[in-house]
Amino acid sequence: MEKYLYIALFAPLVSSLFAALFTATPKKTFVGITASLLIFSAFVSSFILLTHILDGGAPVHVEMMTWMATGNLYIPFGFIVDQVSVTMMMVVTLVSTIVHIYSIGYMDHDKGFNRFFSYLSAFVFSMMILVMSDNFAGLFIGWEGVGLCSWLLIGFWFHKDIATWAANEAFIMNRIADLGMLIGIFLIYWNTGTLQYEQAFAAMPALDGETLTWIGIFLFIGAMGKSAQFPLHTWLADAMEGPTPVSALIHAATMVTAGVYLVVRSNELYDLIPHVGLFIASLGAFVALFAASMALVNRDMKRIIAYSTLSQLGYMFVAAGLGAYWVALFHLMAHAFFKALLFLGAGNVMHAMHDELDPFKMGGLKKPMKWTFIMMTLASVALAGIYPLAGFFSKDLILEVSMIEHHYIIYSVLLFTAGLTAFYSFRLVALIFHGEERHKLFGIDPHEAYKFMLIGMSPLLILAIIAGSFKMTYFEMVTQLLPATEYHIHSAVTYWIMTIGTQIFVLMAIAFAYKKYANAKVTVPDGTSKMENSFAYKVLINQYYIPYAYEEYIVKPYRELSTIFWKQVDMKIVDATVDGIAGVLYSTGENTRDMQSGNLSTMLKWMVAGTVAMLSLAVVFGLAARHSDEIRTILSGLGVM
Amino acid sequence: MFEAIAFYLFAFLTTLMFFITVTTSQALYALTALAAGMIFISAFFFILGADFLGAIQIVVYSGAVMALYAFGMMFFDTTREVKEKHGNKYIVAGMSIIAAVLVVVIFAAPMLSDNITAFYPMTEGVGNTQDVGMVLFTKYLVPFEVAAIMLLVAMISGIVLAGKKMDLSLTLYSTAEIKDMKKDQDKKVLS
Amino acid sequence: MMEIGLNHYLILSTILFAIGLIGVMRRKNLLLLFFATEILLNSVNIAFAAISHYYGDLTGQMFAFFVIAIAASEVAVGLGLLIVWHKRHGNIDLDSLATMKG
Repeated sequence: MEKYLYIALFAPLVSSLFAALFTATPKKTFVGITASLLIFSAFVSSFILLTHILDGGAPVHVEMMTWMATGNLYIPFGFIVDQVSVTMMMVVTLVSTIVHIYSIGYMDHDKGFNRFFSYLSAFVFSMMILVMSDNFAGLFIGWEGVGLCSWLLIGFWFHKDIATWAANEAFIMNRIADLGMLIGIFLIYWNTGTLQYEQAFAAMPALDGETLTWIGIFLFIGAMGKSAQFPLHTWLADAMEGPTPVSALIHAATMVTAGVYLVVRSNELYDLIPHVGLFIASLGAFVALFAASMALVNRDMKRIIAYSTLSQLGYMFVAAGLGAYWVALFHLMAHAFFKALLFLGAGNVMHAMHDELDPFKMGGLKKPMKWTFIMMTLASVALAGIYPLAGFFSKDLILEVSMIEHHYIIYSVLLFTAGLTAFYSFRLVALIFHGEERHKLFGIDPHEAYKFMLIGMSPLLILAIIAGSFKMTYFEMVTQLLPATEYHIHSAVTYWIMTIGTQIFVLMAIAFAYKKYANAKVTVPDGTSKMENSFAYKVLINQYYIPYAYEEYIVKPYRELSTIFWKQVDMKIVDATVDGIAGVLYSTGENTRDMQSGNLSTMLKWMVAGTVAMLSLAVVFGLAARHSDEIRTILSGLGVM
Repeated sequence: MFEAIAFYLFAFLTTLMFFITVTTSQALYALTALAAGMIFISAFFFILGADFLGAIQIVVYSGAVMALYAFGMMFFDTTREVKEKHGNKYIVAGMSIIAAVLVVVIFAAPMLSDNITAFYPMTEGVGNTQDVGMVLFTKYLVPFEVAAIMLLVAMISGIVLAGKKMDLSLTLYSTAEIKDMKKDQDKKVLS
Repeated sequence: MMEIGLNHYLILSTILFAIGLIGVMRRKNLLLLFFATEILLNSVNIAFAAISHYYGDLTGQMFAFFVIAIAASEVAVGLGLLIVWHKRHGNIDLDSLATMKG
């Protein structure tokens, strides 16, 4: 079994290094095929490990080698495949394989084809380290690795200023959050003396509540950065500057879910501090509503899907915060499938429309792009949570959880957000695929994507449809590790009212979206309509002016501060000191050069001066040697000797 | 008693003479004062019972060295006044005085501890010259011979440096050949 | 005061040495510089002879003897070099002798 673990872990690394050999050469298709095959082998290994765990096998725990063994600190390179990590491994490798296959077609005409696969596989490797590590230090290594690869991939088209800016924003925001996470890890080590999950969590019930609260808060700050919770959320929407497969892999299925994974993995900790859990849940609910509101009016296709991801992450944190860890993980899994499918479909549309992103400029694409239309619609149906697709089972479960735990405010927020989710998803679908063919005004002639790309996307479609049926199998497997709370509403009447009510609300939202956007009267908004000038619209389309506030009140003062430090402190003080020392040495040399005037008389005078100096030294030392006893007494009196 | 009078008299004279040597602007006066000073120093040697040394001092210094300096002076035409640009005289005087004081202090210190034993003690009964001869030709024979060679070298260097027609070897070429070589050199210069 | 001890001779030697130093530092004419060097050597000779007398040791006189020999050969070679320099440059002023500058 260990060999499957190593294959799953290191096949992406081999793929990345292999593709890295070709970064300076023009596009070679076999690079993409090799990379996809290697990731597929990682997927097969993960699947074998999954069957092993499902059959009741013991978690596979290996310690590859020691990383640090200094003093009391012992950190190994250790990996564990247990129920939680095997779920994550399956999700990651499946979506990665499909994204790799898709990218062969999507990055067809790109000059950096080989480099792209190198970065993509490196990302998969980092993510595997993150989910398979058995201690917090390995988790952090993977954490930073995915941050780095995300920066590389968002800024893939580095000659575009806006892409590099977005990449920097993502990385810096993640770094700020990582500081919190590091403090959390330090606190764990300081209080429990180990960073291994097993031992640390076993030692935690013995700690006092305040310490645990701080640990929980700091670890969650790290999760906030990775999973883009408020206020560290602006990077996710801007990260859409990267190629679409990147958005599908990183910002839908894997990296942003790392925060959720962290909370789920630390469930034993968060069970001890339920008030922090309540804060997490409330923040998650807030973010869900917040993101959904911004997606309502946005005119950038990928941004709408990005806000949708943000919103669903909020749902996951609600579940995790309220203690329903297995529900959060289940929603993570289902969400990965249909969100990745949505992104890949959007990629098809972008390619067909020559990188046009405004859905108002598209329309009526269901005729030329039939299969993409089917996939995106079904994915949106799954996202909206209609029975019997996957979203229903996970999202409705979260609503049930919040109801059972008596958090009615959270419940109503999530319910309202579900309606908004349905609305904006189908607004997007309607604008792109239904109505008049507005793209003809812009002279664009769309065509469907390559056949192999569509075939590659189909497993996601199938899973988005049937994933709900895995619930019971999954539940039995994962609750061997996670707390096995079953959420049943006792009264059957309440249950049916809730479920049916939610479905009707969602269907109404979908119908409203279709009515508004799927008819022939939709035109490209040009800034003159009444709605566009209303206050609510302006606030939403500027993302509540938060990016503007960050730019004005944080970025600009910081830049001023940096300039001051550069010009005043570094150049004037530090540089001046170093140059000053050099200057002193130089001028000493220049000034003593006069000693070598070549004039014999001067040199003779210097000789006499030197003789006088040495004679004085001889006298002083002679006296000291003669009176050494008295000197010793004096010095010992002063306390020196 | 006599010793004290002699010492102070000659000390005064010597200091005076040497002072004149270093301060006068007339080269001839300096030379004369130096010669006088040498003689007075030999007086000290006689007071100290170093007869041989005193005689050597008169013969070598006042005789040979001073004669050499006198010939040199004739060569350089320093009978006229020497014009000199002097530096800061306070530094000069100050440093010398400090050096003197320090040396005295250094020498005074070991004298206070009086446990120095003689290496080559003077033998009683023989005269100083005999005594010096005995030590010089037995214990100090090698330095004596080396000094002889050194004097030979000095003599030869004096001849070579200062003599005319000294750039060509008289043993390798005959006088006629030297004349021809000189003529060729002149021809080159003129043409 | 009346009893002349070793210290008297040593102080005298030091005074003469200081006078010699003054001459060395002061003189700009090379020939007169040589005169000052002679003074230095002579003062040291006095010191040697005095110590030899007061400790009954002949080593001091030996040393003085060799110093005289060396001084004589030094004068010979020094004057020879001075003559060569004078032939080349026409004067023996120290201040014009700065070819080793820098």
